[in-house]
Amino acid sequence: MNKDFKRAPFSAQVDLSKFTKATEEEKRQQDVMGESTTFFKDGMRRLRKNPLAMGSIVVLILIVLVIMIAPHFVPYGYAQIVKGASNLGPFEYSEAEQAAIAAGESVFPHIFGTDSLGRDYFIRVVYGTRVSLGVGLIASLLVLIIGLLYGSISGYLGGKVDLVMMRVVDIIYSLPDMLLIILLSVVLNETLGNAIKGTVLAKLGVNMLSLFIVFGLLYWVSMARLIRGQILTIKQNEYVLAAKCIGTSTPRTIRRHILPNCLSVIIITTALQIPSAIFTESYLSFVGLGVSAPMPSLGSLANEARAGLQSYPLKLIFPALTICLIVLALNLLGDGLRDAFDPKLQR
Amino acid sequence: MSSEYLVEVKNLKQYFPVRSGFKTLQLKAVDDISFSIRPGETLGLVGESGCGKTTVGRTLLRLYKPTAGTVLFNGEEVTDKNIQRLRKEMQMVFQDPYSSLNPRMTVEDIIGEPLDVHKLYSNKKERHEKIIALMETVGLNAEHATRYAHEFSGGQRQRIGIARALAVDPQFIVCDEPVSALDVSIQAQVVNMFEDLQKQRGMAYLFIAHDLLVVQHISDRIAVMYLGHMMELAEANDLMNNPIHPYTESLLSAVPIPDPKIARASQRIVLEGDVPSPLHMPSGCPFRTRCRYATEQCAAEMPELKDRGDGHFVACWNK
Repeated sequence: MNKDFKRAPFSAQVDLSKFTKATEEEKRQQDVMGESTTFFKDGMRRLRKNPLAMGSIVVLILIVLVIMIAPHFVPYGYAQIVKGASNLGPFEYSEAEQAAIAAGESVFPHIFGTDSLGRDYFIRVVYGTRVSLGVGLIASLLVLIIGLLYGSISGYLGGKVDLVMMRVVDIIYSLPDMLLIILLSVVLNETLGNAIKGTVLAKLGVNMLSLFIVFGLLYWVSMARLIRGQILTIKQNEYVLAAKCIGTSTPRTIRRHILPNCLSVIIITTALQIPSAIFTESYLSFVGLGVSAPMPSLGSLANEARAGLQSYPLKLIFPALTICLIVLALNLLGDGLRDAFDPKLQR
Repeated sequence: MSSEYLVEVKNLKQYFPVRSGFKTLQLKAVDDISFSIRPGETLGLVGESGCGKTTVGRTLLRLYKPTAGTVLFNGEEVTDKNIQRLRKEMQMVFQDPYSSLNPRMTVEDIIGEPLDVHKLYSNKKERHEKIIALMETVGLNAEHATRYAHEFSGGQRQRIGIARALAVDPQFIVCDEPVSALDVSIQAQVVNMFEDLQKQRGMAYLFIAHDLLVVQHISDRIAVMYLGHMMELAEANDLMNNPIHPYTESLLSAVPIPDPKIARASQRIVLEGDVPSPLHMPSGCPFRTRCRYATEQCAAEMPELKDRGDGHFVACWNK
């Protein structure tokens, strides 16, 4: 640097002697590093800002809590008949119960009243919700597993394998699903009925099992198509080629490179699959193909309430409202997840 | 069997089937190419977009199965059976630093993947140490290990890609336009890093690029491709100063010259017409439709790549 550097009066030249070299420590301070965020964290942050989705989560948690806890402190069973207490309204007591209360005993109230056989309606709705949610979750899980395996194999291998696998999907897609469900449940009823006698599964009823099977057999096709499409796009990325270049095996490439990148789509579709499964279950129970009595489901409860609709409209409203609440909350949550995790919709 | 060459390519052909209507046409991406690379040498591969440079690189590493021809590595033919072992010796750096890194993986996992696949460590600690050492080799901070690829700039991402290729300590790296997606100032850094790494580790490169000046800077020899054929192959300076093939001549005349005085004095050779479609290749020499020296012989037969002295190979009938 020029020591006897003279500055011209109006020169804009900077006097270099006024500057000193930054030390290593000072240089470090300039390294601005933001909080490292993963894709998942980023999505969750966006999800938390969505009031509808968060409200849905709260509603769902409340429902799950109620159906988990209620059977422990409500002293009635879902099949237990309280004598002389048929068709009570909410918080009404039968004559025998009123006498007991008058005698100083405590009687647990019938929160939703009782049904025509004198069974506590609240506990029936709780069990019905358990069944419906269970069906929704398990059926969606089945759909997810089958669709994921099928779709990722078809999409990754491509070519002729893909062609054949997708034609199979097309065939299944073109079958009228309701007809098939009804036919299958009739057939499975006879074959499965003997096979599961005396096991835990028997309690659920053959109808329920055939429902799972039918769901697993039919509804995976759209999931498989979706995942295949995703994988076809992700496969084009150079990092998949880079993995091949490294020598990564096909299963590992699918697991480490391809599936994590279509995770958002998988989560969203599964979340939206649950309400549709619940809906189908309710519909089938309503028609009479769902769970077997006395096990209730929301659909079968609604069906039973249909008979006395004129005199006891509340019996239809309780299960119907629960279905609405669950389906609405899950749909809103699914929408929220999509908004939060779909990169194409960001901002 | 060992030989003078690390990589030898003999009559390599790579055709892709393209369906148009009911007919299936052959896209001749690479058509009968032969060359070899010595240990520790850099061979530059230039040519315009779509001439098959990238395909050559990928076929070398058997990311595509060649239609015909052989690739020898250390005198051993590369086949589907031994490729898994040879992937430890041959690696690739990709063109696009944005799509060549998995956005869901941390830098540590990206660089560590080749180590995982080839089981190059005995415990977690050794894996971590190896990764940190690799990151320092390519000029990344050790603190960056837990970050994701999208948190880095283009140049840094390319360094991650290079570290991944170096992880298995290969003898040969295919660099597929590793700098064309970067800023000029970053290009210089990355190119210099490639040179330093070569000095330290004695690796050989196949350096694919379309920027002739970058290629001249880094390469020992340069090969020029046009429509899947090799037109000229010579020592880097020989090729730049004394191009023989008319295509190389016009390619070199298109290189921008920083000094305007010299630029004005130099003559630009502008080619007529467009590049023919690789689906409908002209007969004989593919360049004849745009060549000012073209004769009937060019249409009849493809000239062979012949040595014109001092290892300067040219495929042309007339020059």
